[in-house]
Amino acid sequence: MNKATKAAVTEICSQYGNDRGNMMDILRAVQERLGGIYGETIDIIAESVSAPRVEVESTASFYSFLSGKPTGEVVIRLCNDVIDKMYRVDRVAAAFSEELGIGFGETTADGKITLEWTPCIGMCDQAPAALVNDEVMTRLSTDHARDIVASLKSGREYYKLPHELGDGNNAHKLVHSMVVNHIRRPGAVIFADFQPGAGLANALGMTPVEVIRCMKIARLRGRGGAGFPTGLKWEFTHTADGERKFVICNADEGEPGTFKDRVILTERADLLFEGMTIAGYAVGSDAGVLYLRGEYTYLRRHLERILGERREAGLLGENVRGKKGFDFDIRIQMGAGAYICGEETALISSCEGLRGDPKNRPPFPAQKGFLGEPTVVNNVETLCCAARIMEKGAAWFSQFGTKGSAGTKLLSVCGDCDRPGVYEVNFGTKLSEVLEMAEAADPAAVQVSGPSGEMVAPGDFDRAISFDDLATGGSIMVFNSKRDLLGIVAEFMDFFIDESCGYCTPCRVGNVLLKERLDKIRSGQGCPEDLDYLQALGETVKTASRCGLGQTSPNPILTTLANFRQLYEALVKPATGELLATFDLESALSEAKAIAQHD
Amino acid sequence: MSLLDIDDRLLKLVELIDFDKSPIDDIKSFSGPVDIGLIEGGCSNEENVHVLQEFRKHCKILISIGDCATMGGIPAMRNNIPLKECLDEAYINGPSVHNPGGLTPNDPDIPLLLNKVFPVHEVVKIDYHLPGCPPPADAIWEALVALLTDKPVTLPYELLKYD
Amino acid sequence: MSKSITFTIDGVEVTAQAGQTILQAADAAGVYIPRLCAKTDLSPFGACRVCTVLADGRPQAACTQPVSEGMVVESEIPKVQQIRRDIIEMLFVEGNHYCMFCEKSGNCELQALAYRFGIVAPKYPYLFPQRELDASHPDIFIDRNRCILCGRCVRASKELDGKNVFQFVGRGPNKKVAVNAEAGLSDTDVAVIDEAIDACPVGAIIKKRTGYRVPIGQRKYDSKPIGSDIETK
Ligand SMILES: Cc1cc2nc3c(=O)[nH]c(=O)nc-3n(C[C@H](O)[C@H](O)[C@H](O)COP(=O)(O)O)c2cc1C
Ligand code: SF4
Ligand code: FES
Ligand code: FES
Repeated sequence: MNKATKAAVTEICSQYGNDRGNMMDILRAVQERLGGIYGETIDIIAESVSAPRVEVESTASFYSFLSGKPTGEVVIRLCNDVIDKMYRVDRVAAAFSEELGIGFGETTADGKITLEWTPCIGMCDQAPAALVNDEVMTRLSTDHARDIVASLKSGREYYKLPHELGDGNNAHKLVHSMVVNHIRRPGAVIFADFQPGAGLANALGMTPVEVIRCMKIARLRGRGGAGFPTGLKWEFTHTADGERKFVICNADEGEPGTFKDRVILTERADLLFEGMTIAGYAVGSDAGVLYLRGEYTYLRRHLERILGERREAGLLGENVRGKKGFDFDIRIQMGAGAYICGEETALISSCEGLRGDPKNRPPFPAQKGFLGEPTVVNNVETLCCAARIMEKGAAWFSQFGTKGSAGTKLLSVCGDCDRPGVYEVNFGTKLSEVLEMAEAADPAAVQVSGPSGEMVAPGDFDRAISFDDLATGGSIMVFNSKRDLLGIVAEFMDFFIDESCGYCTPCRVGNVLLKERLDKIRSGQGCPEDLDYLQALGETVKTASRCGLGQTSPNPILTTLANFRQLYEALVKPATGELLATFDLESALSEAKAIAQHD
Repeated sequence: MSLLDIDDRLLKLVELIDFDKSPIDDIKSFSGPVDIGLIEGGCSNEENVHVLQEFRKHCKILISIGDCATMGGIPAMRNNIPLKECLDEAYINGPSVHNPGGLTPNDPDIPLLLNKVFPVHEVVKIDYHLPGCPPPADAIWEALVALLTDKPVTLPYELLKYD
Repeated sequence: MSKSITFTIDGVEVTAQAGQTILQAADAAGVYIPRLCAKTDLSPFGACRVCTVLADGRPQAACTQPVSEGMVVESEIPKVQQIRRDIIEMLFVEGNHYCMFCEKSGNCELQALAYRFGIVAPKYPYLFPQRELDASHPDIFIDRNRCILCGRCVRASKELDGKNVFQFVGRGPNKKVAVNAEAGLSDTDVAVIDEAIDACPVGAIIKKRTGYRVPIGQRKYDSKPIGSDIETK
């Protein structure tokens, strides 16, 4: 390694205070500068931040946007989510591959461009999509792929690739992206007009305890998936002992098919920051962190601008809005490609510069969270609701929705429908109504709440979107009758295998085993007993896993076994001969046959 | 072969049973239906597969005996190396190999190797397993006696061993 | 004195100290709950999930879940036993466990658990992964084929030895234990007397030239099941 490179790494570390707590920022910066984190680079970082080498390696090796081997100056990450596959990302992939002369996971011979797959980047309504470094390219065609490669090869900078501009703030010069919002149905809570400071003014006129009571009266529940009552969460954090308290907004949005937070961040960031500030006031925190998934880096400058505007307007900083003694500011923490970091304790690990392993509970974040201090973690949409509750009142909010599920819910609908995009609906809306709004002509199955949710069959389309019936973090994927559902299930399992943190046995091993047997069944090598095997194994993984990832990862299989059992039954057959159905002599002999022929 | 370790009890056993196909009487094929089949060794080539099929076809009960049968055993250490590399090492590159022709044997009479060594229960249904390397003779004895006297086959703690 | 708490394990009343985990309280009461990643003197980790119990009906890791007054713990019930068994079998098929020549055989906690559960062959297919060995150190070697990712070496090195020899790298099925030097164990400050070396429950970290010293029949788990020491308290 040459001197200049060494100096660059050292400089990056010192820029982040040589603080190992800033490991994510350091690693991201080093990755961007050197195209990889390996060998001596790790030693220099370790030395600069006074951490053991292996600890740096531990964090760096966890995130898929950080690479343990050299990558090109430009990394093209093509989304291989099921929706992209439905939109024939395979053709786009072939075009990239052909034009670059490399396969996936490879770098061009001149070391300039790397081609990779990546899971859902939150652009399912405009698939196929790719990240070119942090630029988002959507609705890709083979022609686009060829143009992109040609532009890059001609020496054009990745951020100057020609493209149209999207609507709303996507066209703003700080975003300058071709992403479109697709807000198909604005509702009263999130997408109604908003005056910065209105909700905050009301909140600061109350005591923190009164603000918390408002959340309770409004019956606000978390929008991130688990549906925990927000008032209660804030109360726990408010009453917990700590030197300092933190408010973290979970903008990791990694559940495939979910892209509603992306639209909030684009169009209603002010509302979100207002919600975070109100949360800060309610729990007694002076510091907020927006944990933004690495895939949404393109929104960062826009978000920084709004934070700046709020500081200037006195809505952030010391004595917020003139309230003596209430200081609150927000910083952005970037992620680096790890679905598990959406799990709140893994997210905290990541904010602390560690690998994104979830933490043991108890203690819960409200007691001991970020840096061991009481911490509120809320979803983007939840915090927006909180701001609106303070602006318009708890009673106003709870007039929408149902008794157990007050307010509206943002749904991100994609797949086989004519109007994919974001819908703000009242809780209690039936799935069939959503399908109608989205103009889904032939819905044969709907995956509600992403792979971790449920594959719903037509007989259940009249179920209602709500915490007590069809709960969803927002993802609604529609599949028509021509789709290979078990193929989709297999994709979902691959996703969980790749995204498991690997900490606990059932999730780390069990998902691999589930997928193995599913593959056997799909290739016609399954027998009826294999369905019981899948059921039992799936239940063990669900029951024994340590965090929400493993506790839901068998759902693609378990919910299709329950709701689409006939698909499995059509594939399995009792073993006829002596050999087990799962043993395939032909494939077991494939290598030997190949060798015998060649020799 | 660890069956022979049951020593003089073999004589008692002989009174209870007939050997149909075994290395003890050296009969190579089944002469009719059989109650119990004992299987040693992992399943590593085409011929092993056929033997397992034959056993499954003719035996009411199959017992896998020994670690090679139950988990692949030492031969399974080749399982994480591509077959081609294994063969090249064995026939061409190995330090003690003299093979000027540089070819791996390719006689159609030599059974083809499977991509990996399989535990036998991943190939055919196995009713009972007696792990161990070798399994304790007492374990084999107890299992056989239990089966012959219609009692459940359970290994006491001291007799369940993987080494 | 910390507050004393009463709860039940499989219907038997147990007294514990506030702040204890279910596992600690059970140990003290002479009730054995199977475990792999938990080890006395090391901080709770909650990784293997072999210690899964139902606490007030909810699945929890006994090694990380604190006891609470009146808690109802179910341990030796079929549903829980099945989960533990499944997990032990998963660990066997996940790695390459050639017990027949393993130095740790007879003293291996994974093997001993399989014996205790009467496992003769796993119901899952063996995955036969490719894993790395590190024999660079003169006195110690790491055979990752046998590693079960329990993190006992990681914690022991930190918490007992005051070092940082081991840590995990990678994630998901690619997670593995790494050492604090690019070249391997020989470049770290590990010493053969480190607690981290003895902390390994299986044969993944082995002191060279010490294998097979104890004759078969006299090894730790040859005649008494794992957990007997706790149960005879
Ligand atoms: C694997 C996994 C991924 C998750 N991803 C997200 C996410 O991307 N965004 C989110 O808000 N919550 C996510 N959650 C839920 C969070 O753990 C947490 O419950 C949520 O952020 C709390 O916010 P809320 O109460 O406002 O919903 C995830 C949970 C799990 C188990
Ligand atoms: S269930 Fe276990 S392995 Fe899976 S992500 Fe959670 S802690 Fe990690
Ligand atoms: S002993 Fe509790 S999870 Fe491992
Ligand atoms: S006997 Fe268990 S790892 Fe060797």
